[in-house]
Amino acid sequence: MIVVVLPAHLRTLARVDGEVEIEVDGPVTQRSVLDALETGYPALRGTIRDHATQKRRPFLRFFACGQDLSHESPDAPLPDAVGQGREPFLIIGAMAGG
Amino acid sequence: MSGVRVLVGTRKGAFILTSDEERREWNVSGPHFPGWEIYHLKGSPADPNRIYVSQSSGWFGQLIQRSDDGGQTWDPKGNEFCYEGVPGTHQWYDGTQHPWEFKRIWHLEPSLTDPDVVYAGAEDAALFRSDDGGKTWNELCGLRDAKGPLWQPGAGGMCLHTILLDPADPNRIFVAISAAGAFRSDDAGQTWLPINKGLRSEFELPDPAADVGHCVHSIAMHPSRPNVLFMQKHWDVMRSDDSGDSWREVSGNLPSDFGFPIEVHAHEPETIYVVPITSDSHHFPPDGKLRVYRSRTGGDEWEALTNGLPQSDCYVNVLRDAMAIDSLPSCGVYFGTTGGQVYVSPDSGDTWTAIVRDLPAVLSVEVQTLP
Repeated sequence: MIVVVLPAHLRTLARVDGEVEIEVDGPVTQRSVLDALETGYPALRGTIRDHATQKRRPFLRFFACGQDLSHESPDAPLPDAVGQGREPFLIIGAMAGG
Repeated sequence: MSGVRVLVGTRKGAFILTSDEERREWNVSGPHFPGWEIYHLKGSPADPNRIYVSQSSGWFGQLIQRSDDGGQTWDPKGNEFCYEGVPGTHQWYDGTQHPWEFKRIWHLEPSLTDPDVVYAGAEDAALFRSDDGGKTWNELCGLRDAKGPLWQPGAGGMCLHTILLDPADPNRIFVAISAAGAFRSDDAGQTWLPINKGLRSEFELPDPAADVGHCVHSIAMHPSRPNVLFMQKHWDVMRSDDSGDSWREVSGNLPSDFGFPIEVHAHEPETIYVVPITSDSHHFPPDGKLRVYRSRTGGDEWEALTNGLPQSDCYVNVLRDAMAIDSLPSCGVYFGTTGGQVYVSPDSGDTWTAIVRDLPAVLSVEVQTLP
């Protein structure tokens, strides 16, 4: 079980109150976590990754275990603590806008 | 009892204002989607309880929401807007070619007859259509064959912001694109023709007869006379009596021929409204006086409507989609400002009152006349 923390606007969109728990088959990577998240919550499709390029939206950041993983490869393994559900995968809105 | 539902899109959410046919007492609902930019909301003429919403943010991109109960509850629909085939390129500010990139939906135009059919105008400029109530979208890519590589964005982006559906001919569609011009399809959106003959853009275009590149801010049509079009352009208010084949200027005695919205009275096809704005760089009303101008002669002769509007120290703007007309017997006119006011005139513009004064900057105003 993977724990994902969404920014407030995406919690509203996904109609969840707090952390989201999802199951991931196979290696735990950004891509597999986001694939599972979008499968469970289709309203989030296109809001975290661009539909066409699958790239992270520029003003979102990914953190886990005190590390900024935003620029890691989407297929790189996430920390073991994320895969074991002990630490959440954080999706954060970057400081931007007004 | 009949009434109206005014749909207001703002920089930080949507608001729904409702009243009876007197339009004196108002209920304000919202913010819906608080914190999100709501470029446009529009109700289906075929099903007034169905409302489509364009919701976007710099963080999370584009969403499309739909209500089937008049705005009480909402469901996100499809947000996958993919340019058909190889996206191609358009002109960039430096004259080079730049890939087409989707940014947002500026305008949603539901079909006049089928609540599941809705058109969407995009930035970078393109027209999309959904036949399943907004779940999936397909580009009507023939539009970009109308010299698309020559289009280039203006300061506000290269947006398709106006979509007019001809009530007399379901195959006829008009669109307008900032810094590209107006276009018409006579085959339900498969092929398109630039309709910009007679427009002058002498400061921007070296070729006075250029058929694309004109900065059209808005076009309007009266449903009983769809071959007559009115246009507010970057400079000049224009009129066409032949479905856009040719245009003539009707700016007449306006204090500024620059502005964004233009609308037609519901019952008087020769009565039109604009909001003059000082030049293209100041973007506020001349002399700090907020005045709607009305022509009852289809242009050329204009009168200032001021009763109830601020006549000193007013420096708001009224954006291109931020004016609307209801169809009650005493025709109502509405507009919203970047200062967060939404004004109503229940008597065709003679008198005005503010329904609300402190909303976020208003991006769009539409009105539904309810049975």
